[in-house]
Amino acid sequence: MRRRPTTHLIAAGMLGALALTACTPGSTTGTGATDQPSGAVETDPAAMGKVTLTVWDQEVRGGQAAQIEELNKEFQAKYPNITLKRVTRSFDDLKTTLGLALSGNNPPDVFQANNGRPDMGKFVQAGQLLPLDRYAEAYRWTERYPESVRKYSSYSSDGKTFGTGNLYGLPQVGEVVGIYANKAVLAKAGITDMPTTWADFEASLAKVKTAGQLPLVLGNLDKWPAIHVFGTVQAQTTPAEEIRTLGFGQKGGSWTTPENQKAAQTLVDWVDKGYFSPDVNGLGYDPAWQQFSKGTGAYLIAGTWLQADLGKAMGDDVTFVLPPPAGSTPVATGGTGIPWAVSSRTKHPDAAAAYIDFITDEHAMAVLAKTENLPVADTADQKAPSALGQDVFTAFGTAVKDDSLVPYLDYATPTMSDTLGAALQDLLAKKATPQQFLDTVQKDYGDFVAQNG
Amino acid sequence: MTDTTTAARSRPSAPERARRRRGGGPPGEPRNVAWLYLLPALLVYAAFLLYPLGRAVQISLYDWNGNTLATWAGLDNYVEVVGDPALRASFGHALVLIVFYAVLPVLVGLVLAAILSRAEVRGLAFFRTVVFLPQVVAMVVIAVAWRRMYAPAGSVNDLLGAIGLGGLARGWLGDYTAALPAVGLIGTWFEIGLVTVLLLAGTGKIATELYEAARLDGAGPVREFLSITLPALRGEIAVALTLTVIAALRTFDLVYVTTRGGPGTSTSVPSYEVYNRAFQQGRVGSAAAIAVVLTILIFAISFGITRIADRDR
Repeated sequence: MRRRPTTHLIAAGMLGALALTACTPGSTTGTGATDQPSGAVETDPAAMGKVTLTVWDQEVRGGQAAQIEELNKEFQAKYPNITLKRVTRSFDDLKTTLGLALSGNNPPDVFQANNGRPDMGKFVQAGQLLPLDRYAEAYRWTERYPESVRKYSSYSSDGKTFGTGNLYGLPQVGEVVGIYANKAVLAKAGITDMPTTWADFEASLAKVKTAGQLPLVLGNLDKWPAIHVFGTVQAQTTPAEEIRTLGFGQKGGSWTTPENQKAAQTLVDWVDKGYFSPDVNGLGYDPAWQQFSKGTGAYLIAGTWLQADLGKAMGDDVTFVLPPPAGSTPVATGGTGIPWAVSSRTKHPDAAAAYIDFITDEHAMAVLAKTENLPVADTADQKAPSALGQDVFTAFGTAVKDDSLVPYLDYATPTMSDTLGAALQDLLAKKATPQQFLDTVQKDYGDFVAQNG
Repeated sequence: MTDTTTAARSRPSAPERARRRRGGGPPGEPRNVAWLYLLPALLVYAAFLLYPLGRAVQISLYDWNGNTLATWAGLDNYVEVVGDPALRASFGHALVLIVFYAVLPVLVGLVLAAILSRAEVRGLAFFRTVVFLPQVVAMVVIAVAWRRMYAPAGSVNDLLGAIGLGGLARGWLGDYTAALPAVGLIGTWFEIGLVTVLLLAGTGKIATELYEAARLDGAGPVREFLSITLPALRGEIAVALTLTVIAALRTFDLVYVTTRGGPGTSTSVPSYEVYNRAFQQGRVGSAAAIAVVLTILIFAISFGITRIADRDR
């Protein structure tokens, strides 16, 4: 007897709740591509009157925090009529909350939106980002940023094509995955000169192994680190254009090619020869590079974001080079830091663009270099605070100049990070053959491309 | 809203109420007035529980990335939950975790409780506190600590080496067969304290005369445990199982911090998939469908446990 009213009540409540929720998810938010505002662009922030800009960023650690704090302070001093309301989040927090914020009633004016399809692509599709091409012209961003960098924040206006189309953001820093080398460990194995070709590099791995040292440090417990190692190897076996097609998730590419097969096979061979850290899938990313910084291992394939930490710990022992090329020019996985974008619903698009211009101009790049970041523009002209920093600047400058950056492979589809990460763990543990590995990744890419049209 | 109006309409006037009471109805306020008392709590419940639940069910019927307009998907997301072998496997992993989170702690807890309650243990309060301590620490902290212990050069392998089992050493969380049990054991360690303290409280209220009588009849410790302690603890075991089974099924933080579902997909669990799809991949509809299925599963299992425990009462 006692249960019946409760059951009724729950049923009634559920019906009521369903009635209240009857509208389609997403229907209350701005939809479709918004019209790009036209007319003249105001480029003098001092003439914009009293403006408050809400800025969301994830520049919370070390040199990142230092650079943005300094630039914000300078901006405020120069343009007292513009008030910056800064909201800081960690990268993960920003990633999980930005989508909600943009579909809410008070989106931030300026914010950092991650390049890939799950973030920037989705926001473009929802019409939540302001195309910045007008400003690119007014501020000559096209001269400041080479196309190889701009394509990392370019989408078609329907958000379907990545790598071309409108410009939706500007990054401050560059990133490239290259090879950190411990010169002391190499010297012990009788290697005094850094290898300059891919064949030399593979030969040096064998030499280090024979000398009883660990050739390659890799900790792949977090699933994604092997993506960068695979990308580096793939860049030596596969034409750059093909990798771009795959990485940007554009039509017409294929994973199941002999070149990719060779890249996957190389990884397996390296496992067989014992080049990688033992228990590669059981070692965390941070412990791995920390081991390297303490003198374990000859090489670490990783990104420029480790520059400050490794430089501090290893001093003159460490150096950074682009992957020694198999062909004539070096090709490396890389791209940009998280670009700064503008909400399509901001009331002050001109002020927002002026702010982005300020934090990415020539002076800003110098501030970035000084605070141990890798400036994305005019990199080779900047002066690095340390020897390792100079190596990193040179490497990135070369890569951009030769237009030899290829995108991170997990940009391709919303699910690629997971698919590729898990598939590479399987490959490294020899749970999957190179062919099975490629089939898995091809399925993710193929399904997406077919659906994306 | 309808609740208020009906309640207001049928609220009887004072003389009418008096008449009714004289008319031989049950004592106290009439039923409809009782609903009025419940209303505030009910509204809060509806706003924070029923509405989100309804919304989740609704979203699960759409294909939605969280930002653009959703498209109707019908039951496609549910078909995927049933049809995708990787997703099915993640539910399987959750069931394996139940063994580690619920079954093992209850067995160990029963033994501990039996020993602690039978023997005169000095400083029982101290042991009780120590055994309960894991519960006080945040799961994320526990996960970070255990991740270090399971590392290839971590203390678990050091320990194995020290006792001559160095051959077993490995990167526990990166090993395809060992990863899931390794994650599960963290749960076991975490839940044992809670279960033991619950069971100890239960044994405390068993009348000592029962044990004396049993001993006079010549029962040994095992007989005593099986005939007196175990039946008396039925309620506590049910509570412990309910709590730990739910904890097992909604495991998220542990997997997120230790393995991210890897290696491959060997430790992925439904809750992790919900997070991953909703916040990382922009597949909110699919995430909601998994969440709904998980909710139903948790409801069914905990309902089953209480049902079994209530029987014969």
